[in-house]
Amino acid sequence: MIRFIIRRLLGAAVVVWIVSVVTFVIFQLAPTLSHQSPIYYYIAKQPPPVGSVQFKELEHAFGFDRPLFQQYWFWLSNIFHSHTISNGTGETSSCHFPCLGYSFKLHTPVSTLIWQALPVSLSLAVGASILWLVGGVLVGTISGLRPGSLFDRVGMIGTLTAVSIPIFFTGPILLLLVVYQWKWLPDVSYAPLTKDPAQWLRSMILPWIALAFAFAALYARLTRANMMETMGEDFIRTARAKGLPRRTVVVKHGLRAALTPIVTIFAIDLGTLIGSTVITETVFNLRGLGWLSIQSIRTKDLPVIMGVTIVAAIALVLANLIADIMYAVIDPRVRFS
Amino acid sequence: MSDPREATLGTAAIEFIPESAPDAKAFLSVRDLRVHFPTDDGLVKAVDGISFDVERGSILGIVGESGSGKSVTSQAILGLHTGTSAKLSGEIWFDDKNLLAASEKELRALRGAEIAVIFQDPLSAMHPYYKVGAQISEAYLVHNKVSHAEARKATIAMLDRVGIPNPAARYEDYPHHFSGGMRQRAMIAMALVCQPRLLIADEPTTALDVTVQAQILELMKDLAKELDSAVILITHDLGVVAETCDSVVVMYGGQCVEKGSVDQLFYEPEMPYTWGLLGSMPRLDRTRQARLTPIAGQPPSLIQVPKGCVFNPRCRYIDRVPGNRCKTEHPELVETTTKGHEVRCHIRPAERRQIFDNEILPSL
Repeated sequence: MIRFIIRRLLGAAVVVWIVSVVTFVIFQLAPTLSHQSPIYYYIAKQPPPVGSVQFKELEHAFGFDRPLFQQYWFWLSNIFHSHTISNGTGETSSCHFPCLGYSFKLHTPVSTLIWQALPVSLSLAVGASILWLVGGVLVGTISGLRPGSLFDRVGMIGTLTAVSIPIFFTGPILLLLVVYQWKWLPDVSYAPLTKDPAQWLRSMILPWIALAFAFAALYARLTRANMMETMGEDFIRTARAKGLPRRTVVVKHGLRAALTPIVTIFAIDLGTLIGSTVITETVFNLRGLGWLSIQSIRTKDLPVIMGVTIVAAIALVLANLIADIMYAVIDPRVRFS
Repeated sequence: MSDPREATLGTAAIEFIPESAPDAKAFLSVRDLRVHFPTDDGLVKAVDGISFDVERGSILGIVGESGSGKSVTSQAILGLHTGTSAKLSGEIWFDDKNLLAASEKELRALRGAEIAVIFQDPLSAMHPYYKVGAQISEAYLVHNKVSHAEARKATIAMLDRVGIPNPAARYEDYPHHFSGGMRQRAMIAMALVCQPRLLIADEPTTALDVTVQAQILELMKDLAKELDSAVILITHDLGVVAETCDSVVVMYGGQCVEKGSVDQLFYEPEMPYTWGLLGSMPRLDRTRQARLTPIAGQPPSLIQVPKGCVFNPRCRYIDRVPGNRCKTEHPELVETTTKGHEVRCHIRPAERRQIFDNEILPSL
C-alpha cells in the first residue's frame, strides 16, 4: 500500500511538471514564437518602443532575452525563490514562494488573488459535491434496487430533465424565486466561513443547489446502473444464500461494489470543478477561481491567467491522486496489481 | 415473530406432520415445482412441474444440459427468487415447513444455517472486496450469537477441515489470492460452517481441473457424511454423478424426464435423452469403440416448449410410437416395472428395454 501511494505521488509530480511546461508553452512561448513580446501582458501597460534601452531592461527582467530552455527555467525557478518584480515605471513588488507573479492591473500579487478566490471555489465545489453525492446516490440506489417501480420511473424522468437544464437557467430561476419572490433567503454576498459561518451558509445554499442539481441527476443515473449490475452479481446471490439480512446484502455487499467506479468519477469531477465553476460563480456573483480567470482573460492579465491555470491543474491532479488511493482502499485487487 | 416454532427452528423437532406433507422420511420434498419468468418475449418456463425427495444423509444428483432448470430449482429451494419477477408454484417441504409459503424472515433463518449452497465459479461467487475468512465468519455470525473472535475460531477450524494449509494466515487473504481449487475449498467451508442439514452443490467442480475435481468431490462427500447432511449435487457431468450420488433426477427443458437410483439410471436407463447423455460421456474404463455420439439438435426454447414430449425434436425414436403421439401428447412421468424408477416416455416399457439392450448398450 505504501509503495502504491509513493508510486502514485511520483506520477502526480510528473503530471504537475508537465502542466508547468504546457502552461509555459501556451502563454509565454507562443507569443514569443510569433514575434510578439509578451511583455505587454506582464506590465499591464504600453511598453516602451521595441529596441529601446528600457524595453531591453524589461525583457531582461522577465527573462525574454534568454534562449528558450533558459526562459522556461527562469520562469520556473522564479516561482520558488524570492525576487523583486518591477514594471519599469517605479511600481515594484517583492515576491516570495509560491511566487506566481504580480498583477500590475490589480496591483496585487497573483498568489494573494488566488488565495482569496480559492476558498470561494472550494466552498462551492465541496458543498455542492456533498449535496449531489448524497442525493444522487440515494435516488440511484433506491431506483437500482427496484428498477421499473414508480419511484424509479419518476426518478429517472426527473433526472433526465435535470441533466438537460443548464445552470445559467436554473441559477437565475432559483435566485428569482427563492430570494426575490418568496424571500426565503436574504440577498447576501459571500463571507468567509471563518468570519461569518451563518452568512457563508446563506450565501452558498443556492449556488450549491444550482450546481448540484445537474450533477445529482448524473450520479443518480450512474448509481442506478451500477447498482442494477452489482445486484445481479454472483456474490450478491452468495450473500443472500448465507442468510444475511437484506440491509447487509444491499449496503455491505451491493453498495460498496457499486460505488467503486463512482468514487473515481466523483474525485475527478470535484477536482475539475474547483477551477471551472465559471457560470455558477458569475450567476451568483461569487469571486472564485472561475470568476478570477474570466476577469484576467478579459483584461489580458497574463500572470493571473497562468497562476489560475496552474492551481486548477494541481487541484485536478490532487483529486486524481486521492481517487486512486481511495480506489485502492476500497478494492483490494487494485493494491497488488 | 410470534410463532414459537421459529425459535426451535433447526432442532429438527417435528411437532406435527400436516396432511399435505408426504413421506415423513424424506426431509426435503419438492412437489410439482414450477418457476416461470415473465419476459418481454414471453413466459420462460425454466422449471415446469418437477418433484423429488431427498432423504437424510443421501446424495441426490440433478443432471441436465445448461438451461434445463437445474440451478433455478436449487435457488427456488433457498427462496432466492423472492423479490424477482419469478412466479413460483408447487410445494417445497423442508421438515414440516413449506418453503414456498414461508416468509422471507423464516427463509433467512434457514439459509446458510439449515440449507447452504456451494456455488460454481467461486471467484465470482465470493465478494472481491472482503477477506475470505471474514466472508465465512459472516455466515457463522449471522446464525450464531457469538463474538467475532469465536466466529473467527470456527472459521479457521473449518478452513483447516476443508484442507486449506495454514488456515489462520489464509483467513486474512482475499479471494483473488487463492488458487481455483483453494477457492472452492473456501466456498465449501463457507457453506458448511453452520453445519447445514441440506447442502446444495451447484456445479461445484465445473471451474476446476480434473485432478482437483476429484479431491473436491471426495471432500464434499466426507464432510456431508461427517455432518450427516443431505446433498443435492447439480451437475452436467454424469461421471461425477456415478461416483457420488445415490439417486438421480435427469432434467430436460425444465422437466424431470427420468428419475431413479444411480444403478437404475446407469444400467437400465429407459429415456432416450438419458441414453444420449450416456452416449456422449467419455469412458476410460473401456477400449474406445467409436466416436462419442452427441445428441443432435439444440436444447428446447423454454418459451415455446415443444408440443407433446419436450424431447421429441431431438429424439431418434419417435417413429417407434404409433399415432405421432410424441408430437401431440405430453407423456406423464410414470414408474417403470422397477420401484422408484420413473420415466417420461411414450415408448412401451418392454420396447424401451429392448432398444437399450440391443441398440444403445453395445455402443456405450
